[in-house]
Amino acid sequence: MRLVIALPFLWLGLFFLLPFGLVVAIALGTNNPDAVPPVDLGLSLKNFALLWSDDLYRVAWLNSLRIAATSTAICLLLGYPMAYAIARSAPARRPLLLMLVVLPFWTSFLIRVYAWMGLLSSNGLLNTFLKATGLVDNPGTILGTEWAVHLGIVYAYLPFMVLPLYGALEKLDNTLLEAAADLGAPPATAFLTVTLPLSLPGVIAGCLLVFIPAVGEFVIPDLLGGTGTLMIGKVLWDEFFLNSDWPLAAAVAVCLLVLLVGPMVLFQRQQARSLERA
Amino acid sequence: MPGRARLAYTALAFGYAFLYLPIALVVIYSFNDSRLVTVWAGFSTRWWQALFANEQILSAAWLSLRIAVVSATVASLLGLAAGYVLARVPRFPGRTLFGSLVIAPMVMPEVVMGISMLLLFVGAEQLFGGPDRGFLTIAIAHVTFSIAFVAVVVQARLADFDRGLEEAAMDLGATPWVTFVTITLPLIAPAVASGWLLAFTLSLDDLILTQFVAGAQSQTLPMTVFSKVRLGLDPQINALATIIVAIAACALILSGWLTRKKA
Repeated sequence: MRLVIALPFLWLGLFFLLPFGLVVAIALGTNNPDAVPPVDLGLSLKNFALLWSDDLYRVAWLNSLRIAATSTAICLLLGYPMAYAIARSAPARRPLLLMLVVLPFWTSFLIRVYAWMGLLSSNGLLNTFLKATGLVDNPGTILGTEWAVHLGIVYAYLPFMVLPLYGALEKLDNTLLEAAADLGAPPATAFLTVTLPLSLPGVIAGCLLVFIPAVGEFVIPDLLGGTGTLMIGKVLWDEFFLNSDWPLAAAVAVCLLVLLVGPMVLFQRQQARSLERA
Repeated sequence: MPGRARLAYTALAFGYAFLYLPIALVVIYSFNDSRLVTVWAGFSTRWWQALFANEQILSAAWLSLRIAVVSATVASLLGLAAGYVLARVPRFPGRTLFGSLVIAPMVMPEVVMGISMLLLFVGAEQLFGGPDRGFLTIAIAHVTFSIAFVAVVVQARLADFDRGLEEAAMDLGATPWVTFVTITLPLIAPAVASGWLLAFTLSLDDLILTQFVAGAQSQTLPMTVFSKVRLGLDPQINALATIIVAIAACALILSGWLTRKKA
């Protein structure tokens, strides 16, 4: 039994926990392009100071938080009715409907983002369609804008929103709604006072599952966002791979972690609680 | 009530269209005769032929498949252990930390995990002269984030069936190990298999972690795809995407069949 605990514990301790210590250590170092690896260790806070004072980084942080927040909200607005419809459908049909939501998650993330490149480019399918139907004569290009990034995030993370929402709505006791109706509550009131509060754990879990990874997203802003849309995940990537500035990239990672540790702890609590109830 | 139900079903239909239309278009345009991915110029299989003649993509796919099999297998074993502990061992020193460590990789931004794992491997290289970055480091990285997904599936399955069977076996004198092998394992084997499939597809698909830890010699399939699509649309990628979607659909259907609840 000890071994059963120890093996995953050691693996995750060594390959997941320990590396964060290294990230902090490297973030306190300075960039040295001539060394291999390109870092001089030290105890300097200047990388963090730069992240705080430089406008470019501040814009990237704010963009990431704002885009992640609005995308999460759109996901919720789109995902809630979907989860609701699945939870209210005939029980025999639910597995199929759920599987249709999960399938995109099993399909390559990269391919799904690529699909939108073809749709949104200036002579892409969306613009071709808009011109052909005469809806818009001279549509602009969505690819390379923040709109495209929002679309991409909503598209890629929608399954993560629907699943926990469905989990909460499925457990909802229908007699509660009947009771509300018997007592004279109009459907809207019943929804706001019964359904919505009871599905709140699913709402929170879904929002966190979308928001947390969206803040650090790299592929979507890189492929759909173009040069105008700075997000912090892309900044980290570029500092690391293009500028070979490991300490600065590590400092970005540390800040991202500090920023997201609150939401992540919240998610874990939620997860633990829902498993205890199960 | 009917009004609201209709609204919800409309949203559901719209949601499915939103999820599947882009994928469907990618598949359709893999049979397009034009180099332009956005103009239809007649049916053709030329991009499929080009894909199967593309050595770079084929060798990348082979590397990705091998990594996915190895990492999914290791992740299943570790995830099985982790899920079992989470569901069946309520108390031990470090239980809270253990639970957090297992779940955290699910929500950790990949760029953060990527840079931290790379720094670990670079540090190991400085101290011990190895391991060389490539197959091994990529597989380790994939195992690390896949454990969570297997553990959650296993834990959910264990929470589903009651412990009476296990307790009965122990009362009859079976050791915990015998109980696990003869009672628990057969009951959760489908969940482990479905976790393996999920870990396999996650590994096959991973770009960000891989890019950080791959080193200069190894090119996995997503790395190759990414470097190509960064330059623009490419019908060969549409053909490849079609294959990937087909594999994902098969894996999911198999996984759903494995974990279906018996009536």
